[in-house]
Amino acid sequence: MDLTLKVWRQKNAKAKGHFETYQVKNISSDSSFLEMLDILNEQLIAEGVDPVAVEKGCQSSGPVSFDHDCREGICGACSLYINGRAHGPDDEVTTCQLHMRKFKDGDTITIEPWRSAGFPVIKDLVVDRQAFDKILQAGGYVSVGTGGVPDGNAIPIPQADAEESMDAAACVGCGACVATCKNGSAMLFVAARVSSLALLPQGKVEAARRAKAMVAKMDELGFGACTNTKACEMECPKHVTVTHIARLNREFLSAKLHD
Amino acid sequence: MAEKLISKIPEGPLAEKWTKHKSQIRVVSPGNKRKLEVIVVGTGLGGASAAASLGELGYNVKVFCISDSPRRAHSIAAQGGINAAKNYQNDNDSVYRLFYDTIKGGDYRAREANVYRLAEVSNLIIDQCVAQGVPFAREYGGLLANRSFGGAQVSRTFYARGQTGQQLLLGAYAALNRQIAAGTVKSYPRYEMLDVVLINGEAKGIIARNLVTGKIERFGAHAVVIATGGYGNAYFLSTNAMNSNGSAAWQCYKKGAFFANPCFAQIHPTCIPVHGDQQSKLTLMSESLRNDGRIWVPKKMEDVKALRAGTKKPSDIAEEDRDYYLERRYPAFGNLVPRDVASRAAKERCDAGYGVNNTGLAVFLDFKTAIERLGKDVIAARYGNLFQMYEKITDVDPYKEPMMIYPAIHYTMGGIWVDYNLQTTVPGLYAIGEANFSDHGGNRLGASALMQGLADGYFILPYTIGDYLAGKFKEPKTDVNAPEFAEAEKAVVEKIEKLFAVKGKRSVDSYHKELGHIMWEYVGMARNEAGLKKAIELIQALKADFWKNVYVAGENSHFNQELEKALRLVDFFEIGELMARDALNRNESCGGHFREEMQTEEGETKRDDENYMYVAAWEYKGEGVEPELHKEPLVYENIKIATRNYKD
Repeated sequence: MDLTLKVWRQKNAKAKGHFETYQVKNISSDSSFLEMLDILNEQLIAEGVDPVAVEKGCQSSGPVSFDHDCREGICGACSLYINGRAHGPDDEVTTCQLHMRKFKDGDTITIEPWRSAGFPVIKDLVVDRQAFDKILQAGGYVSVGTGGVPDGNAIPIPQADAEESMDAAACVGCGACVATCKNGSAMLFVAARVSSLALLPQGKVEAARRAKAMVAKMDELGFGACTNTKACEMECPKHVTVTHIARLNREFLSAKLHD
Repeated sequence: MAEKLISKIPEGPLAEKWTKHKSQIRVVSPGNKRKLEVIVVGTGLGGASAAASLGELGYNVKVFCISDSPRRAHSIAAQGGINAAKNYQNDNDSVYRLFYDTIKGGDYRAREANVYRLAEVSNLIIDQCVAQGVPFAREYGGLLANRSFGGAQVSRTFYARGQTGQQLLLGAYAALNRQIAAGTVKSYPRYEMLDVVLINGEAKGIIARNLVTGKIERFGAHAVVIATGGYGNAYFLSTNAMNSNGSAAWQCYKKGAFFANPCFAQIHPTCIPVHGDQQSKLTLMSESLRNDGRIWVPKKMEDVKALRAGTKKPSDIAEEDRDYYLERRYPAFGNLVPRDVASRAAKERCDAGYGVNNTGLAVFLDFKTAIERLGKDVIAARYGNLFQMYEKITDVDPYKEPMMIYPAIHYTMGGIWVDYNLQTTVPGLYAIGEANFSDHGGNRLGASALMQGLADGYFILPYTIGDYLAGKFKEPKTDVNAPEFAEAEKAVVEKIEKLFAVKGKRSVDSYHKELGHIMWEYVGMARNEAGLKKAIELIQALKADFWKNVYVAGENSHFNQELEKALRLVDFFEIGELMARDALNRNESCGGHFREEMQTEEGETKRDDENYMYVAAWEYKGEGVEPELHKEPLVYENIKIATRNYKD
């Protein structure tokens, strides 16, 4: 298929970005979206246009930078806003799992980075998600050191609880929830971790402290508030649901009541 | 230099070696740990668990990763599970049995003492991960569930759906985050190590590039730990993540660390077949699927043709017209033979013309029998996310039609040579996880990579590195203004400038793809002398052409993925060449290394224990000079060497 791409180009965090338009041809419908971008980049390299040349009046900024790694939907690195949707026009996929059969020959596709105050652009389609690490550093763990722990079977855990914990733990930290939220809230991300641990006896011990610390850090880093639009749930590639936000709210409120 | 290859395997009975060794190595007092600095490069299971554990002990740790967050390391993609000798299923598993299966699975090319220790600490790993809140699968009674994996007749694999690697990594990453918050570990995401710095022959730091700004920076420490994974991306198409690379390990090799058994690369039997030449990477379908999936190709050529023409669906083929070739050839293990055996059997059927898919390079993995026996819900609970992943990629629903699979490069057993303490031939330089060579011999068993990464990082390195650091606490902090740092930095800067200066016409990726074709063709599933010699010539010619015609876009002072790829590819050329050289030297078939000259009449591997029962450790001798081979003999005192038999 032949496509027209409108791609967001931005030299660095300080530069002003702009869209550039490219044509790509003969894309296989079995190719993934990122493979289509690889082909675009091969084309741009073959044309020999250099990213530095744009300042000298060249029309193209050279190969497009985008985050990607595992290309099988689990590392959470890829992060594109495609035709106005996080991870593009398919449900429960990351961008690397999006295939070109979801588009039609002749389509125009708009590709942008995550847009959120919490995720500043580094270059083109690449954003800085270190804020997520910082939120988890604030309390997204069980405070056990290596060694000296009880046998794995010492504490039975109801299968349903373990499964529900796993539902939340499936979060890949991609940031689609933040990018798609009109408030730029990180509630689904925070809830996934808080809920996953709160459902297990190991995580219960510090549940109150964890909920408070992670919410405080989220607020401090400039993420917005949750107004229950559920847009995050719609775009989450791993189907983490807002039920976990409800559990976070419960953990947070009960922690505050005990203060 | 042969005296450098001292494995330091402790004396005494196998089961007592590790305990005895731990009691004899030195420890560092808490006050002195605070004076010591350790650099950990890589944040997969090995790196994250090591950095967290060292931080907890009180060392000052700096941890580096090339991704935007430690959580993205490629360990996250491991699907099926992690082995441990818990014997929770009462199926007569034991530390010895896990040890034995691992040595046998590795085709008798791994060190006994290391493997026994791995099996010994495997149980601690499960306890540790449970305590961290890893949501392992559980039975209705609330206890941990297990499943079987290839190369074992017991159920010892613990799992978290098809996302075990993700959950274990999130556990280690959480432990790491806790130390980052506590200030014992400083994290450097989006940094790539470009060289290791030696002072008086000891590892004292690294040179790293800030991938956002391009700045080349110096970092000093009292010891350096390499946890950067394997070099499978030398083949371009592999199940490794796009950014996985062998460069950190390769710089260690060039600074004097020996590189062991590079030819031992694992080809995983259950990957989604190649769709065409726009393909950028291959996706693994977990080995755990072989628990319930049955592998087959049609018996009749007319069915093969009908399938390729699209006039028949796989589900149209009658039961009696299906060749369940693994069950036929290996009745005792059936679909659960080790990976190398399953891969070669698929190749054998496809080479004979019975392959399916329009390429003829695929076989079926069918869940029909299991769905009939257990119901769709049970299969969905076990493999739901894998089925979904398969459907998203191929547009085929595996509940209705069988999956198509084909072997692909997945893991490298070879790596930096280390002694029993996981120290390389360079004092103060350690290698853990897939980056070292030590535990898997010629072939790794499924669910053992996660085990090894975490064993090394949580329970082995934190002890053994203490023995080295106990002699270092009186030394001041490493001065990054030392001439050795300046020299290493200068070499890195010059290399980058040289890449930009070529200003040719061809893209980095086009060279990488071409290297991949050479590797897959001549250093892939089947190798022979003429092909390996040809591979060396072709790789050298391709490398020479690269330095004349490559075009690296952009400049150093920016985020520049083209430069990142080019720097890694420069090393992949050399890694690929050493793999071919090692494969040429090893004139036997063993584990994942299959020399066509050495096979039985039935096409099974033929080992040559008399001449090749050793670790091949290669020493770098300089640019354009042939590396020197050192041999570490493998001594088996506790198990009887046998031909691997998965038939009866």
